[in-house]
Amino acid sequence: MSFEEKEMAENIKRISGVNPRKCMKCGKCSGTCPAYEEMDYHPHEFVAMVEKGRIDELLASKSIWTCLSCFACVERCPRSVEPAKLIEAVRLEVIRAQGANHLKAVQIPELLDEKLPQQAIVSAFRKYSK
Amino acid sequence: MTFSYYPGCTLKTKAKDLDRYARSAAAALGVEMAELPEWQCCGAVYPQAKDEIATKLSAVRALMAARDEGRELLTLCSACHHVIKRVNHDMVSDENIRTKVNNYLKPEVPYTGETKVIHYLEMLRDTVGFDELAKRVTRPLKGRRIAAYYGCMLLRPGNVMGFDDPENPRIMEDFIRAIGAEPVVIAYRNECCGGYMTLENRALAQKKATTVVDAAASAGADTIVTACPLCQYNLDVNAVGERVPVLYFTELLAEALGVKEAEA
Repeated sequence: MSFEEKEMAENIKRISGVNPRKCMKCGKCSGTCPAYEEMDYHPHEFVAMVEKGRIDELLASKSIWTCLSCFACVERCPRSVEPAKLIEAVRLEVIRAQGANHLKAVQIPELLDEKLPQQAIVSAFRKYSK
Repeated sequence: MTFSYYPGCTLKTKAKDLDRYARSAAAALGVEMAELPEWQCCGAVYPQAKDEIATKLSAVRALMAARDEGRELLTLCSACHHVIKRVNHDMVSDENIRTKVNNYLKPEVPYTGETKVIHYLEMLRDTVGFDELAKRVTRPLKGRRIAAYYGCMLLRPGNVMGFDDPENPRIMEDFIRAIGAEPVVIAYRNECCGGYMTLENRALAQKKATTVVDAAASAGADTIVTACPLCQYNLDVNAVGERVPVLYFTELLAEALGVKEAEA
């Protein structure tokens, strides 16, 4: 773990409010995750890797764009670790940097269709851009 | 009873049915929905990080406006309800967020989370009452088999939303019974529809939506009802294979109260 990773791990724990050491490694978060099959690192791995300070891998992971924010892992965590908050904090580490937005306004027109609700666009912007 | 009403962006555009049938049904039930004069988009997703302040301000403005009108705040879209209710919870329970928000907004009277946020379904259950609603129904939806799809936003996290049992809810089934139809309890009624992932990874949204619609079809439901425009979209547009019509619960409410045509 590099010094930068250690700093980032501390910040991720601070802004998420998550204490990964509460985790008892039951795997329920990943078991209930609706995006599990699309992820490279899964919710339980976020918890373990933040604890170990393996942040660089998480910053580059596909999973930070795949979490649906359905809060299933938050509701069902028997230890109230609430991994979705960690995934969100890692995503913020990425998109808070200048020029690192994952979704840009110029991409929107080609994504639209007749019925797509505004809510979808607003949600995606909230998740993928700063 | 009069509520301050927060419609949200989608109810003014792609989800007009959710809004207009809610209004005509409320009028028939003697409930007044007074739309907030200057509401802003809630942001559609609750900002979970503890240092997110600016992204919570529009919800606080709506909450504060309702307080200043001396009313409870009525919501209808699941996402708006989720965001506004959770931001309100932050204003009650997180001193750092409360202080920073008030420092920024500088309201005449600081906002400390005093507004009660009520979803339309909660209003039907707790203000009108499902027994009373059943009495007011003039055209019961007899013979209809309706599956309730709750999605995520109304239920989770249960300790903040306080909407219903997050794993075994019944409010929508009770609603369906009150309007004279038969509720069909389906698997996946409180699992994700795919949400905004339809923009990033449509295949994933299709998989999630199809699972829900398949569950409704195999249980013999003739209709799925939802309170969320994005769930409606995913279940309607992204489900592949057997299809079941996906309607807003307010449309069936207006139909049962005999005020649907008047509005349409």
